[in-house]
Amino acid sequence: MILIGELLNSTRGTIRRAMADKDENCIQELARKQETAGARYLDVNAGAFAEKELEYLEWLIQTVRKATPLPLCIDSPKSEALALGARLAQGDSILNSITAEEDKLKAILPIVKEYNAKVIALPMDESGLSDDEEKIFFIACRLIERLKKEGMESERIFIDPLVRPISANSCYGQLVLNLLWRIRKEFPDVHRVCGLSNVSFGLPKRKLLNRVFLMMTMACGLDAAIVDPFDQILMAEIRAAEALIGQDAYCMNYIQIERSGALDTIG
Amino acid sequence: MSNVLASIMDNVICGNSDLNSPIRKGQPGVKELVRQALEEGIAPQDILNEGLVKGMDVIGKRFKANEIYVPEVLIAARAMKAGMEILKKPLAATGAKPVGILIIGTVKGDLHDIGKNLVAMMMEGAGFQIIDLEIDVPKEKFMTAMRQYPDAIVGMSALLTNTMVGMEGNIQAFREAGLANPVIIGGAPVDEEYARKIHADGYARDAATAVEVSRQILGL
Repeated sequence: MILIGELLNSTRGTIRRAMADKDENCIQELARKQETAGARYLDVNAGAFAEKELEYLEWLIQTVRKATPLPLCIDSPKSEALALGARLAQGDSILNSITAEEDKLKAILPIVKEYNAKVIALPMDESGLSDDEEKIFFIACRLIERLKKEGMESERIFIDPLVRPISANSCYGQLVLNLLWRIRKEFPDVHRVCGLSNVSFGLPKRKLLNRVFLMMTMACGLDAAIVDPFDQILMAEIRAAEALIGQDAYCMNYIQIERSGALDTIG
Repeated sequence: MSNVLASIMDNVICGNSDLNSPIRKGQPGVKELVRQALEEGIAPQDILNEGLVKGMDVIGKRFKANEIYVPEVLIAARAMKAGMEILKKPLAATGAKPVGILIIGTVKGDLHDIGKNLVAMMMEGAGFQIIDLEIDVPKEKFMTAMRQYPDAIVGMSALLTNTMVGMEGNIQAFREAGLANPVIIGGAPVDEEYARKIHADGYARDAATAVEVSRQILGL
């Protein structure tokens, strides 16, 4: 699993305050600790500062850069923020995100090319979000083909089948599982990522639902996720799941983690 | 209160829309009970206020207090709607007007409609007529509806910070065009302070609060 650490996000109160106070230590410690905990990318988001997003994103990335060379996942709906982020992050960034909307593609593809970036691609077009599996699958395939035609290697594309709350429609969980399965079959080299926590909106004990859903999505082909790497139960479950779906040769990683004592308080 | 009205309220709360609904399966639901109430000669306005609206008020209070969850609000709203279907014609025949009109939509660029739908349902449950402009609504579309319904309240929502900022320009454009409809805003990144800053007439942190704020604005 490719884990993207989600904690450097300005929509979280503590991070927003640390950013507003320009608290370098707090940000850098969070960056380093996420790396130690197993994150391969760090999500960075300054969206909560609205009109001042670019200014704060610049400070956030430069601050993180002084702490770790870990690649970043630049999280913004604004193409200017993605461009700024890709430039400052110095290589291997994931741009979060692009859609099949033509104006989005026009704005973001040049940034992808200039910085040789990776992208999280959302299968939605001008007609908005659909509930129809066939339609979403069709848009996903078309979007992947388009990105490849623009010169992107499959490995640099992360498709996100758009997780929506099961509280609004009981079928939304199964829809994601079906899409992951089908996309993996059609494009085995394209990565599959999810923002999981949306699934549990409006329901009690959200962490339980999020964790179980992560296991299910992994079984259906999810190979990257935006997660809280400090959640020890979640991290242990990811390692167990990797062993169970054949992504951990001879289960050696799982065994080593158990020996390290990291699973002592779990099952 | 008549037995059947109490029963309508109770079945709205538990989400039993009709005989075939999975909740209290096989027992008459809101649909059948509203029919029964009409047959008993109860005034349509009373069925609405003392049955359907009262039930949704309880749902709103419980949701606000985190005692119930989104799916429970949705099935209650569905039950309320099943009753409204039966009540619509008799209600119109009495010449009764809705308590108010709500024009609602997510702002331009924002496709997140779950919160917006919850607000629309709770407002409908409170007896409002809903003009649902759906998602990704440009300001011109709000303004067309506002001209058509000058007494309506306008509800705008956004889930993303970068779409939220469009609300300020919307309200400016409304006022510059001389449209005085009260505007209520909501959505995850929105707060009281932002609502004040952009001169919105109200802020609703959840669907039940949207009903309270609208009633306050209309002096109900």
